[in-house]
Amino acid sequence: MAAGAESLSPATGVDASAGPRRRVVGGRGLSAALPGAPQLLAGRWGSGGAALLVWIGFLWVLVTRWDGVRDGWGGAWDERLAVASLILGVAAAWAWSWRDAVRPFHSRSVAVSQWDLAVRAFSRNRTAVAGLIVVGALYAVALITPVVAPFDPNLQGDLLTERYVGPSLMHPLGTDQFARDVLSRLMYGARISLSIGFVAVAISVTIGTLLGAVAGYLGGVVDTLVMRFVDMVISFPRLVLLITIIALFEPSIFLITAVLGLTLWPSTARIVRGEVLSLREREFVQAAVALGYSKPRIIFKHLIPNALAPVIVAATLGIGNTIVLEAGLSFLGLGVQPPTPSWGTMVDAGRQNLLDAWWLSTFPGLAIVFTVLSFNLVGDGLRDALDPRLRS
Amino acid sequence: MSALLEVTDLRTWFDTDQGTARAVDGVSFDVQEGETVGIVGESGCGKTVTSLSVLGLLPVPPARILEGSSIRFAGEELVGASVRRMRALRGNEISMIFQEPMSSLNPVYTVGDQICEALRLHRDMGRREARIEAVRLLDEVGIAGADRRVDEYPHQLSGGMRQRVMIAMALSCAPKLLIADEPTTALDVTIQAQILELVAELRRNRGMAVLLITHDLGVVAEVCDRVVVMYAGQVVERGSVQEIFSEPRHPYTRGLLRSLPSLEDRGRRLETIQGTVPPPTDWPTGCRFQARCLLAEERCGEPQSLIELDRQDRVARCWKAGL
Repeated sequence: MAAGAESLSPATGVDASAGPRRRVVGGRGLSAALPGAPQLLAGRWGSGGAALLVWIGFLWVLVTRWDGVRDGWGGAWDERLAVASLILGVAAAWAWSWRDAVRPFHSRSVAVSQWDLAVRAFSRNRTAVAGLIVVGALYAVALITPVVAPFDPNLQGDLLTERYVGPSLMHPLGTDQFARDVLSRLMYGARISLSIGFVAVAISVTIGTLLGAVAGYLGGVVDTLVMRFVDMVISFPRLVLLITIIALFEPSIFLITAVLGLTLWPSTARIVRGEVLSLREREFVQAAVALGYSKPRIIFKHLIPNALAPVIVAATLGIGNTIVLEAGLSFLGLGVQPPTPSWGTMVDAGRQNLLDAWWLSTFPGLAIVFTVLSFNLVGDGLRDALDPRLRS
Repeated sequence: MSALLEVTDLRTWFDTDQGTARAVDGVSFDVQEGETVGIVGESGCGKTVTSLSVLGLLPVPPARILEGSSIRFAGEELVGASVRRMRALRGNEISMIFQEPMSSLNPVYTVGDQICEALRLHRDMGRREARIEAVRLLDEVGIAGADRRVDEYPHQLSGGMRQRVMIAMALSCAPKLLIADEPTTALDVTIQAQILELVAELRRNRGMAVLLITHDLGVVAEVCDRVVVMYAGQVVERGSVQEIFSEPRHPYTRGLLRSLPSLEDRGRRLETIQGTVPPPTDWPTGCRFQARCLLAEERCGEPQSLIELDRQDRVARCWKAGL
């Protein structure tokens, strides 16, 4: 039976080296004991490894930080979110591995979508996968920070004995001028920086994709209006605009996110418009018109999904850029306001003591560098994976 | 018998920077129910613009259909019909298949998804019902293993199979008229024959009319009942397939037929028609073919009208045709 199933390979034109997925070893017994292990044994490093890491990591946190988990469940919304993500992560790893191992091999679809091909191309790019692992780990840690952080980020220690303590067992990354734990502040800062980057880019991608697709497909007056508006927004010096708006209002996380999101979209709009202009001449779009489909249906169902590849790349790189920008604004005191930790404010706070307390600025600085670097690696990997011409 | 499609004096012009391109300039023909009509001619003589005009698929501007033009489908005037009405007709009553099967399917959806979309939209089918019908349609257009192919993506299919999928999509709502714009041009010869046979078979089984746009007279001979020969935006000759092939009356039609390879005169150099179609912004007055015509005389400089020949619906645009 297995042999018969093996011969059921995808049709012509498909990357032959990838072939059909290999059969999962061990089955349900192993997947119940150690989620991801059967998939790893079958040679599927990506999905198997992710499941195993999430399962072991989250379960370890659940067990070792049981007190924090119990308190967190009755605490503020972010603590509940952290507990919920922990439990969901463990459950999801378990469920996925079980289902994947139990599902009979031959019932798997032979269909190979463009996304499948892109995923395969991406997973062969080691630096990009490394970047993705770092990004994934950062977001995972950010989600569960309230449970795993060793200290409250704003908790001040004894100001006489615990200020400017260098890295030690108690405080792995030292303490700052108010005797607060730098590691905890770094972890909470990650939540702020990563969320601002993600949400701002999500806003800009949504606006940019919508406007770009509509402008590109409808053309004419709509196109002219939208694109001139884009030119207007782009021609405005962004930093000046940001500083002006923030100076006018009280600086807050929401304001910064909104302002960043609302100034980043023009580049996405341009990319999408360009894609749509070329897609609209393709025959499947003509065929959709000839089948009597409405304009919204053509734009949302047929054009946007096809224009998404460069948007995903731009968005990934955009998150990195936005994190740097937010750090810059916070460094200047225009971004996130103390005592809320953000990587930019932490670098700023450590600036005066750079010579005698080097750890204050160094670690948040390194966090920014590694995060942005990872996003850029992922973005480059996606660019290569999503471009069929570069796929070998 | 009333005509299913009746095109009368269709003029579709484009306003371009080089002037007005009179791409289609007074074309008349009709398609009866269940009949296959071929429109033949070289590249740039207005075949495709004619077919796109019927479905109202041309962008306005630059295109405009002039007053006095009439396209009647089942008695209903389509020139000036509302956008909503045209959209209701497209896919339901009139379907179209295109030349390039490689790009005529959406690469991000499976072929089943694409057929189901048409079915659910036009025939109000549920998800499950549509899928069953999609498999049946794929089977009807001759795709082997339709229940498996339905879940594949366009890039997993060969060109011929994609064209079959396109046909299945076009057929999904049982249209009365199928417009096929060079459906076999991009396919290799053996697949061409299969696709043509499929179109002919579907027409017989479903009683559907087909308007076939092609530059290939061999294709016309194989599947058409009647032929419209177009040159430089005008109809130059119209007649049944037998009439066109056995006694072509317009010099252009004769030229086209002479440039077909045949088994009898092997070894002889294939004849060609010298020159190219003039640009549509700059048609000559008088006969538009005169510059390339072997029989051109002074009288060809006068405007030529369609001359009714001996039989019904048998016309040619040449003063010598009736002689």
